[in-house]
Amino acid sequence: MKLRTIGIAAAFSATAAAAVLGGLYAWTRPAPIAMSAGAPAAPDPAILAAGARVVALGDCMVCHSTAQGAAYAGGLPLRTPFGTIYSTNITPDPETGIGRWTLPAFRRALREGVARDGHLLYPAFPYVHYTRMSERDIELAYQYLMSRTPIRVEQPPNDLLFPLNFRPVLAFWNLLYLRPGDASIPARQETPLERGRYLVDTLGHCASCHSGLSLTGGERSPPFHGGNIDGWDVPALTGLTQGAAPWRHEQLVAYLRGGLAPGHGAAKGPMRPVTERLADVPREDVEAIATYLLSIQQPGAAGTAPAPLAAPAQASLRSTSPGAQLFAAACAGCHAEAAPMMRLAGRPGLAASSALQGDSPTNFIQTVQQGIPWAHGSPVYMPPFADVLDDGQIAALAAWIRTDVAGKPAWRDVAAASAKLRKENAR
Amino acid sequence: MSGADLSRRAFVKGGALVLGFSLLPGAAFAEFNGMGMPPVADALLPGDLNRIPWLDAWIRIAADGKVTVCSGKVELGTGVRTALIQVALEQLELEPGAIRFIGGDTLLSPNEGFTAGSHTMADSGTALLHASAQVAALLRAGAAARWKLAPDTVLLRAGRALAPDGRSMHYGEAVAGIDLHRMAARTSPLRDPARYRLIGKSLQRLDIPAKLAGGAAYVQDLRLPGMLHARVVRPPRPGARLATAGLDAALAATGQLPGVRRVVRDGSYLAVLADGEWQAVVAMNALAAGVRWEGGAVLPAPDAIHATLQTLPSQDIEVLRRGSVPAAGTEGARSVTARYTKQYVLHGSIGPSCAVGQLVDDELTIWTHTQGVYPLRAALAELTGMPFEKVRCIHTEGSGCYGQNGADDVAADAALLARAMPGRPVRVQLMREQENMWEPFAPAMVTQVRAGLDAEGRIGYWDYELWSGSHNERPGNAGKLVPAWLLAKPIAPSPSQPMPMPEGGGDRNALPLYEIPNARVVNHFLPVTPLRTSAMRSLGAHINITAIEGTIDRLAALAGADPVRFRLDHLRGQPRARAVIERAAAMFGWKAGARARPLRGRGFGFGQYKNMMAYVAVAVEIAYDPDRRQLSILRVACAADCGQVVNPDGARNQLEGAIIQSASWTLNEALRYGPQGIASIDWASYPILRFSGVPERIEVALIDRPGQAFLGVAEAAQGPMAAALANALAEATGVRRHALPLLAV
Amino acid sequence: MSTRVTINGKPHTLQSDPSTPLLYVLRGELALNGAKFGCGMGQCGACTVILDGKPVFSCVTPLSALGGRSLRTVEGLGTPDKPGRLQAAFLKHQAAQCGYCIAGMIARAQALLEQHRHPSEEQIRAWMEPNLCRCGTHYRILAAIREVAQEGLA
Repeated sequence: MKLRTIGIAAAFSATAAAAVLGGLYAWTRPAPIAMSAGAPAAPDPAILAAGARVVALGDCMVCHSTAQGAAYAGGLPLRTPFGTIYSTNITPDPETGIGRWTLPAFRRALREGVARDGHLLYPAFPYVHYTRMSERDIELAYQYLMSRTPIRVEQPPNDLLFPLNFRPVLAFWNLLYLRPGDASIPARQETPLERGRYLVDTLGHCASCHSGLSLTGGERSPPFHGGNIDGWDVPALTGLTQGAAPWRHEQLVAYLRGGLAPGHGAAKGPMRPVTERLADVPREDVEAIATYLLSIQQPGAAGTAPAPLAAPAQASLRSTSPGAQLFAAACAGCHAEAAPMMRLAGRPGLAASSALQGDSPTNFIQTVQQGIPWAHGSPVYMPPFADVLDDGQIAALAAWIRTDVAGKPAWRDVAAASAKLRKENAR
Repeated sequence: MSGADLSRRAFVKGGALVLGFSLLPGAAFAEFNGMGMPPVADALLPGDLNRIPWLDAWIRIAADGKVTVCSGKVELGTGVRTALIQVALEQLELEPGAIRFIGGDTLLSPNEGFTAGSHTMADSGTALLHASAQVAALLRAGAAARWKLAPDTVLLRAGRALAPDGRSMHYGEAVAGIDLHRMAARTSPLRDPARYRLIGKSLQRLDIPAKLAGGAAYVQDLRLPGMLHARVVRPPRPGARLATAGLDAALAATGQLPGVRRVVRDGSYLAVLADGEWQAVVAMNALAAGVRWEGGAVLPAPDAIHATLQTLPSQDIEVLRRGSVPAAGTEGARSVTARYTKQYVLHGSIGPSCAVGQLVDDELTIWTHTQGVYPLRAALAELTGMPFEKVRCIHTEGSGCYGQNGADDVAADAALLARAMPGRPVRVQLMREQENMWEPFAPAMVTQVRAGLDAEGRIGYWDYELWSGSHNERPGNAGKLVPAWLLAKPIAPSPSQPMPMPEGGGDRNALPLYEIPNARVVNHFLPVTPLRTSAMRSLGAHINITAIEGTIDRLAALAGADPVRFRLDHLRGQPRARAVIERAAAMFGWKAGARARPLRGRGFGFGQYKNMMAYVAVAVEIAYDPDRRQLSILRVACAADCGQVVNPDGARNQLEGAIIQSASWTLNEALRYGPQGIASIDWASYPILRFSGVPERIEVALIDRPGQAFLGVAEAAQGPMAAALANALAEATGVRRHALPLLAV
Repeated sequence: MSTRVTINGKPHTLQSDPSTPLLYVLRGELALNGAKFGCGMGQCGACTVILDGKPVFSCVTPLSALGGRSLRTVEGLGTPDKPGRLQAAFLKHQAAQCGYCIAGMIARAQALLEQHRHPSEEQIRAWMEPNLCRCGTHYRILAAIREVAQEGLA
């Protein structure tokens, strides 16, 4: 996750109130919690395995590691319009990591977004979701993280402009958006549905991306109605069963665990790393997530029945339209009916892809420009075309694929959208 | 396996259907031995002179003085062509650019069987060393006779014979009146290695400049006048047959596509020929989309394959019995047992196989990157029903093959399709998935080892068994070629044979070189296995050396000995083996008893290829990241002894490449397949090592042995590198893994 | 219909069908050998060429996308007798075994060195990642690129 959009209007409109409240808060700022005396005793392997599971479900590694750096040692830059936040080192190094944090300090960070020494954490760290973890899960995560090898590395300080570099602003933000959890949250969830709700709401923090942000920079409520992250459209999780290709339970599970859904397509963009971590957690957790997601479906805004998917268009590759010509050379080697990926590996046809079915061309453009990179162990890969096709050509391709393959009305202004995304991607 | 006629058999094992590839044909075609060569004519002649004793089979001199050097071995991308030329020209006093070199042409070059098994320098290089020395002597004698001087007063220099008084003549004149069509002598006037001017020098490879700048270098670059482009359509899985419903319409529709000249169908064999290459690809896709297939073998799942292999009918070959080993269950305290396995591995040639064929006036010429032009020629003659002498195979480079890949199969396609379009050259190029799905894979194998220490802490006994399918499915008969299986009248392959020791197949390097008083080694050769397999660089040595070296480490630990010291102590009679081990350890800075940091490990591996050829020792240091399940190779130190080194840089290049390739196989590679067929259809479904996985540092040292036999070097590092990695990972994680690939998900 | 492309500095009017991938135009209509078929799917890089200064897979580059653009292949960087700077480095390090991947490697590396005069080791490795070599020549390829990275292309 390289780029996180935080509402620009949020800070400006709230600055005044924030300054006042922030000053009050700074005067009453949270107290530091004393450092622990020494390393905690090594817990037994079962505890560690349970802790690893919690941490994988919480997706901590994705933000708290760089691709080249040691796991959990931090350093990943998250770009905002006001500058860059660097994730912290959460290995148990005493000086540069959380090695001297007690369990209460750790708990406070997850429940309240407060660091051991009392400073407020940026909600790029999704404590507004972790806050509702059970005590047991917090303790398991703590035990696991503290058992890891300490890595001594000082990550760069955040590089933010006013007002975001003024942490007490966050106090105000917390008043708006933090609904803290507490010890009363049960440690176990009795049914898959409850387990799924728990995972989606807390550890999975799916709403962080799938809700979009309000003007004041918090997640929109009610959640899961879709948003935009790092330049990608994030689908509404409440609309999964609508449209021409409704998601089924086993497809969701395959997608979340393997990054590839029969009848739909591959995980791309920011969702790809999420599926890589979910590949490591027990299958029953992913099944529970799927169960819960299917339980929160809402009928479409227009209330119309989903249009049946047109029979995959035997789009003629011999069409002389510019888009068809581009497709025949650039795409057909994988995506045409006779291509090995389709004919032998049984991949879903393009028509079923949510990137093509959606109302906005954003995800189509991003996929074409960026491809899907190589990932260890994954059979999904797509080369990037940003340097091959210009924006007009991407638009021509979109026009043909959208109508002749997906059977939907053409998108508008695709070339302009492509140019805009190209510029953003280059940053 | 009984000699009874084998009809197609299906074994149901663990729910998987195993389809045998061994069918006893009506007329078996078993003229050639495993290396495809003619019989030995005079065992006392050196190198392949012992099979091809005529001097002019190797070196020919035209009347105008132009020299042609011939070898039956071919350039597979190892640089061996340059090395052979260095050897041949050492005493002929010529520069490489001044001669014509012919490798692998059934019309013009000697039959040296297959270019395989690291035999090239040993067999062809030795033949050329001696033949060239004898021809040089004949040149001096011929010139001397014409000048009426004593032969020992004549020198050869810069391509001319020189008299002491300054007269000179070119070689055509010198050899006039001397018939080079004579048997070689058993001894040769060899130059003292101390005076070598070409051998032992790192000459730049002759083929590389063209390859850097777009020169024509590969069979893929051949462009002949009137050439047509062909593509084949293969079934989705072995054994599937073409369904007839809708077939005629599909064939007809394909024939209408732009540029298409012919659509060929023979039984389940399908191909299209077109004017332009892309037109052929488009037509192939249209045809593939329009036809349907029925049936075919149901393959087992990869996680069931090793259990399956151990239950298949086998030829049990005891390759070693020395003393006695304890019965199972009575091993004693200081013993180790282990079961090592490897999965099927893909050759994965970067350029899918390609061949060009042309039939002109009843003569068929095939340009092919086969490893063996003569055996292929015989198979193609059988396939087409043509007489041997009407079929010519000319070796033209392809991309690296590392054993038997799709080269022979696509040559068969070229033969069939050239006959379908007489007079026109036909270029057939396999697609990526066709190469992946139909090449013969490196066999999945199982090995079982039991070994233990005696009272003195030395290895007391060693018991080793292995299970493997065939490592050699090269032609042989026409039935070894995929297209032959698809024809309306298919040709069955001749039965698979084990490759005899001392070279071996699955049992290559199954005998530890270490001094062990009691040892037993058994090769359970499986003539019929679920997937088509054949030779891949080092054959059984890859897993055997891994198993041996891992066991040696464990025994060393039981004995309380440093792993390197322990090896040296069991090679007291093997000074060259000790030399490479000591050298690698010294380069690496191996310190006995050193403790690695957490998640770091050192590992050592040693082997002498086939216990007969090159000696290689490898030491590695790795770092392991358990969160990402990735391994970084920090440094590799490799020492090798391949006898007289011909081209040091070429040998180092091969060793570096073997180190990196073996790392890729050993860490990550496993063919994906399932009931539906082969799933590793592209690089996404069969990832290999990329730049991110390349070791940070590789050092290779050669121990030169001037005057000693050429030992070949291409396959000698696969096993030792794999072993070193397995041993290093065991140290880094505290857990020893026995299943390759080591980082299997 | 024809397509006008500048190739290795010279204008060409190409007659191949516009829906043909560039690789087949290079090898067919233009009879250039450098770019090679390895997979046809942009997974191996044997077909890499330089388009408007960026490395691309010619096997998935449509001819119809090339109108008015500028293409360079390995043939345009030098000849066997007069190799370019990078080709000379590959020659010096004997950075080839079978050599099938090398033209693609050179094209990709050339683009790197034109965009970043002195790339670091990490940058070189990351940049070259899309290209495969099955023979294991990576170590020497890196040595050749590193040498030019230290001294600069010119």
